[in-house]
Amino acid sequence: MQLPEGSRGSRILAFGGYQPANVLTNETLAGTVDTSDEWIRSRVGIESRRLAGPDESVADMAVAAGGKALAASGLSAADIDLVIVATCTPEVMIPNTAATVATRLGINAPGAYDLNAACAGFCYALGTASDAVRAGSSRNVLVIGAEKLSQWVDWTDRSTCIIFADGAGAAVVSPVTEPDAGPGIGPVVWGSDGGMADKIYIADRNSYIHQEGQAVFRWATTALHPVALKACAKAGVDPASLAAFVPHQANLRIVEAIARKLGAPQALVANDIVHAGNTSSASIPLALSRMIERGELSSGDAVLLLGFGAGISYAAQVIKVP
Amino acid sequence: MAMTEQEIQTGLGEIVDEVAGVPADEVTPEKSFVDDLDIDSLSMVEIAVAAQDKFGVEIPDDELKNLKTVQDVIDYVRRAEVSA
Repeated sequence: MQLPEGSRGSRILAFGGYQPANVLTNETLAGTVDTSDEWIRSRVGIESRRLAGPDESVADMAVAAGGKALAASGLSAADIDLVIVATCTPEVMIPNTAATVATRLGINAPGAYDLNAACAGFCYALGTASDAVRAGSSRNVLVIGAEKLSQWVDWTDRSTCIIFADGAGAAVVSPVTEPDAGPGIGPVVWGSDGGMADKIYIADRNSYIHQEGQAVFRWATTALHPVALKACAKAGVDPASLAAFVPHQANLRIVEAIARKLGAPQALVANDIVHAGNTSSASIPLALSRMIERGELSSGDAVLLLGFGAGISYAAQVIKVP
Repeated sequence: MAMTEQEIQTGLGEIVDEVAGVPADEVTPEKSFVDDLDIDSLSMVEIAVAAQDKFGVEIPDDELKNLKTVQDVIDYVRRAEVSA
């Protein structure tokens, strides 16, 4: 038996993001459930979020974001040999989203699988993509986080309908080829707590997302900063040198609470949730694609990613901005 | 290692300042978190967690609704320390 030749390191070539066109404002929500713009902004941080159209699927959004990342990467569809779609809201269980997305993007016969780690999905998928490239299982990977949470929301439940939204984000992962370049994706630190499975769940295929907000808030604001710091330590990156912190955009108060505990006062803290809502596994790559578009991040910057959500599952890694 | 009321109040003031940006000297016993200090339920969770670290007393989520004023928290911490 033999093993393939891997690469010394992996890196991200480009990001791409997609938000559906339909804007849902706090004002509109205040007309249907007992809430207000002021309450939503102060408790969650959201000003507006996007909802996919009734005929717009998770695959549609994944194709849009994936296509943008591919175009920005300088690679062609023929170069991609693995497609991973992180999603917990596919329309059907089989076939998976990734194979369909690959075909629609003109990617011929890549490895293809969907990955469900809820809101930690993108960081898990990025970790596995990085491992595949380094081990030689794949050369160039298209990693996509795409969600249509609006399909699973009870629009009369003000504890969830103000939060969850739709969107997609993608990254192209490739080998490090320059002889003197260091790795562009640090080691992933991942974990889970199945004992808290009852804190965020959808009971069955006819049910809605249920979340125990207070318990999730308490857990997230206490258990996650050690995970984030461990990811920095494993990557050999001093938190004080981080250019940015991009956690899953669950709730702006959670984001800020974790950021305060990192010892990275100069790091730009992603607040994409303000105009995106909580898009689960799409939130991190969507935030990154928009931060880069706005010129807030420079090539080579060290950025800490932290995904966390239903499971409970979580994963973190440091990356270099392409 | 029981703390005095003043020590608890001072410690609580530091926490509230850190979590909610309310100056520590405004955190006086008669103040209501919600009505006087403008602190919402999510901040109360953060304050409870920080108080857990600082004072070594556990404040579960379902206890929080009973802690309406600064004095309520001071009393809770003192009771918990005594019985520890």
